[in-house]
Amino acid sequence: MDPTLRTFIDQTINGLAIGNVYALTAVGLALIFGVANLINFAHGSVYMIGAYVGWVCVTWLGWPLPASFAAVAVVCGALGVALERFGLQGLHRKARIAPLLATIGISFALDQATQLLFTANPQSFPNPLPAERIALGGVSIGAIDVLIAVVGVSTAGILFGFLRFTQLGWALRATAQDRDAAQQMGVDVEGVNRATFGIAGVLGGLAGALVGLYFATVYPTMSFQAGIKGFAANLLGGLGNVPGSIVGGVVLGLVESYGVAAFGATYRNLFAFAILIGVLVVRPAGLFSRRRTLPPEPMTGTFVPNSRPVRVPRAVVIGGIAVALCFPVLVSDPYLLQILTNAWLLAMVALSLTLVTGTAGQSSLGQAGFMAIGAYASALLSLRAGLPFEIALIAGSLIAAVLGTLLVLPAFRLRAHYVAIATLGIGEMVNQVIANWDGLTNGVLGLTNIPPPSLFGIEMVTPRATYWYSLALLLLAALLQLRLLRSHLGRTWRAIREDDVAAQSAGVGLNRYKALAFAVSAGMAGMAGAFSGHMYSYINHETFASSTSILALTMAILGGMGNMVGAVVGAVLLTALPEVFRGLVDYRYLVYGVVLLLLVRFRPQGLLGTV
Amino acid sequence: MAQLEIHNLTRSFDGVLAVDDVSFDVRDGETVSVIGPNGAGKTTLFNLVTGVDAPTQGRIDFDGRSLLKLAPQEYAGVGIARTFQHGRVFGNLSVMDNVLIGAYARSQAPSRGPLVELVRALVQGKAVREEERALRREAEEILALFGERLLPRREQQAFGLSYANRRRVEMARALMARPRLLLLDEPTAGMNPTETREILEFIRGLRQRGMTILLIEHKLSLVMELSDRVVVMDNGRKISEGAPHVVRNDPKVIEAYLGTKTHERERTARSAPAERGSGGDGI
Repeated sequence: MDPTLRTFIDQTINGLAIGNVYALTAVGLALIFGVANLINFAHGSVYMIGAYVGWVCVTWLGWPLPASFAAVAVVCGALGVALERFGLQGLHRKARIAPLLATIGISFALDQATQLLFTANPQSFPNPLPAERIALGGVSIGAIDVLIAVVGVSTAGILFGFLRFTQLGWALRATAQDRDAAQQMGVDVEGVNRATFGIAGVLGGLAGALVGLYFATVYPTMSFQAGIKGFAANLLGGLGNVPGSIVGGVVLGLVESYGVAAFGATYRNLFAFAILIGVLVVRPAGLFSRRRTLPPEPMTGTFVPNSRPVRVPRAVVIGGIAVALCFPVLVSDPYLLQILTNAWLLAMVALSLTLVTGTAGQSSLGQAGFMAIGAYASALLSLRAGLPFEIALIAGSLIAAVLGTLLVLPAFRLRAHYVAIATLGIGEMVNQVIANWDGLTNGVLGLTNIPPPSLFGIEMVTPRATYWYSLALLLLAALLQLRLLRSHLGRTWRAIREDDVAAQSAGVGLNRYKALAFAVSAGMAGMAGAFSGHMYSYINHETFASSTSILALTMAILGGMGNMVGAVVGAVLLTALPEVFRGLVDYRYLVYGVVLLLLVRFRPQGLLGTV
Repeated sequence: MAQLEIHNLTRSFDGVLAVDDVSFDVRDGETVSVIGPNGAGKTTLFNLVTGVDAPTQGRIDFDGRSLLKLAPQEYAGVGIARTFQHGRVFGNLSVMDNVLIGAYARSQAPSRGPLVELVRALVQGKAVREEERALRREAEEILALFGERLLPRREQQAFGLSYANRRRVEMARALMARPRLLLLDEPTAGMNPTETREILEFIRGLRQRGMTILLIEHKLSLVMELSDRVVVMDNGRKISEGAPHVVRNDPKVIEAYLGTKTHERERTARSAPAERGSGGDGI
C-alpha cells in the first residue's frame, strides 16, 4: 500500500477515535442545552472526574475495564444529578445567565477539589488492553480504537432507543420542545432535568475515561479543553441537536487529526477554537439548520438584575483611597504589599470587565486574552525596540485596545451567552497563537528578562514602588471610566445593555458602541497585563489563562455588575481573602467557585448592587 | 404628498402569507389606524414598516425614499419613531435617561466618528455640557405632557414604574426624537379604562399638534375616535380602508371582525334552539 495513503488512513482512524469521544461529550452538552437551555461549563469537569475515576479503578483498585467503566458511569451519573440538584435547581427562575455562572463556579470547585486530592501532576494511566494491533490490509487498528468505537456506537444506540421508546425519553423530548407545556401535561420537568444531567454525566464521564486510556494520562486541567471541544462539536452540529453533535464531534476529531499531521501537535487545540469562533460567526445555528432563525427576543437583564445600587458616600471612597495610598507607609511586610499590588492589577481587569459586561452588557470571558496582548506588546516593545517602560505600557495598552476590538468584531452580531462563549474562545485563541508564533513571541518558552516598571528612567522594583505605581494606574483608569460612565456615552452603553432593540429604534448603532466598549475595556485590561508582565519579568502563553478572565468576572459580580467601587472591592476581597485565612491559599479556586455559586443563588446583584 | 407609502407589501413565512399584497399610505398630519382580528398580520406589517423584518415583496417609501435599504437604527434618523407592543423601556435607567436616549438620532453623535465621541465623553467641554442641559430641559417639557405621571418620578429607575407609566416613558422617548412619523403598537394594551382614556386624550393632543401617526390597536372605540382613516386587515390582506364610520359599516369588515362571533352564536344557538334568532349581520 502507498505509504501516504496508509498515513492518511491512520490519521483518519485516529480522528474517528478522538471524534467519537468528542461526540460523547457533545451529546451530553446537547441534551442539557435542549432540556435546560443551558451551556454547561461544568461538563468538562465531569469528564475529567470520569477520567480520574477510571484511573483509580484500573490502577489503584486493579479492577477489570468493564467494572471500571461501570463505576465511571455510576459515579459521573450521580455527579451529574447532584450538580443539577444542589447547584442549579431553582436558578432558571433568576437571570438567564445565573445557571451558566453557577456551572462555572461548580467547574472551578470540582477542578480544584480534584487537584487537591490527586495533585496537579499528570498521572499515568497504563492501558490494560492487549497491545497487539489488528492488521487490516496494511493498516492496523489498536484495541483502544476498537473499544472507543464500541463504546461510542453502543451508547449512541442505547441513547437513541431511550429517547425514542421509553417514557422518560418521551418526557425528555417533550420538555426540550416546550418546558411549560410539558409541565402542563403532567411531566415532572424537574425530574427530567435531573435525569438529563445524570445521562449527560454518564456520557461525559465515559468520554473522559476513554480519553484517559487513549492518551495514557489523566490531569485536572483536561477539563477545560474537553468542555470547549465538546461545546465546539455541539455548536457545529447545532446547539441541542443530538445527532448533529455526533457528526460535529467526528468532524472536529478528523479536523484535529489531519490538522496536527499538517501543522504539528502544538496546534491541536487551535482547531477547536477556530471552529468554535468560525461557526458562531458564520452559522450560529450549526451546520444542519435549514435557515437562520430570526433574532430571538433580547435577553434583557441577562447579567443585570433590576436593583438599586448601594450608594457609597463620597467620603468613604476618598477615605478608602487615602488608606490605600498610606498603607505602605504603615505596613512594610513585602508579602502583603505584593498581594495588594496584585489586587490593584486585578481590580483594573475587573473594572475593564464591569465596563464591557456590566455597563455595555456584552458578557466577556476574554479579558485574559486582552491582558496577554497588552503584556506581549509592551514586553516586546521594550525588549526588542528598547522603548522606555511608560511608552511601552501605553503602546501595549493601545495595541490591546485595537487588536482586541478587531478580534471581537466578528462576534458583535451575537447576543448574550454566545458573546461569552465567543470571547472565551478568542481569549484562548490569543494564547494558542502566542504559543505557536515562535518568531514573534518565542513560543512556549515565553519572554524572559522583561525590564521592570520604571518612571522617568528610575526603576520601580521595591514592593512599595510597584504598589504605588499599580495603585496610581488603577486610580487613573478608574477616573477615566467614571468620566465615561457619567457622559452621554455611558448612557448609551447602558441603554444597549438594557434593550438593544429599543436602543436601535432610538437610532443607536450597536456596533459602534460595542466596539468603543471593547476598545476601552481591552485597553484597560491590556495595561494591567502589560504592567504584570514587567513586574514578573517573565511571561508565557499560560500567564494569562482563561481562569483569570473568570476570576475577573467573579470579582465584578461580587461587587455588583457595572459598579466601579464594587469591582475594586470585589478584587480586593477575592485576592485578600485566601491570604487572610492562610489555610485557604491552596484552595483559592475552590473558594472562587464557591463564592460564585453562593452569589448567583443568594445575591445575584452583588454586594453593592448593579448600576 | 403622502409621507408613508406602502405598495403591494407581501411577507411570506414558508409559503404562509402573513401579509399579502397590502397597499396604503399615511399622509402628512394624518392618523391612520390598522385594525384586524388576531392573526390578521398587523404585527408582521408593523415589523416590516419598522425594519425589524424584511418583506418578501413590495415597497415601503417615506417621503419618496425607500425604507427597505435602511438599517433598523437609521429609521430614527429619517424621522420615524416607534413604541413596542409590550412596552420596552430601559429598566435600570432613570426615566430621564430613558427619554434622553430618544434624542440620540438627532444629536450630532451619529455623524461624528466614534473616537471623537470618546474624546468628547472624556473631556466634557462647555459645548457638551450645554447640549446636555438643553436636552434635559426639553425632556422635562415632554415629560410634562403626561401631567404629574412622570415628572415627579424622573430620577426613578424605570423598572419600578407601573406598567402604564412604563408605556408613557416609551412614548416620551419616541417623542424626544421629534419624529415626523410616530408608530404606535397597541399603546393601550393591558391598560384599564381610565388609563386608556388618558392615552386617548394624549394621542388626540399629539394629533391636534399635527403629528403624523400610524396606530395599531385592538380597542375599536379608541380607533374610531382617533383615526382619520382606518385600514382593516384579515388573513394578511387589506379588506377595507376608509373613514371610521365607513369602515364600521362595511359588511366585509363586520364579517371578518365579528364573523367568528356569529359562528359562535350559531353554535350556541344550535345547542339551545329556543334562542335561535339573529342572522349573519346581527351585531
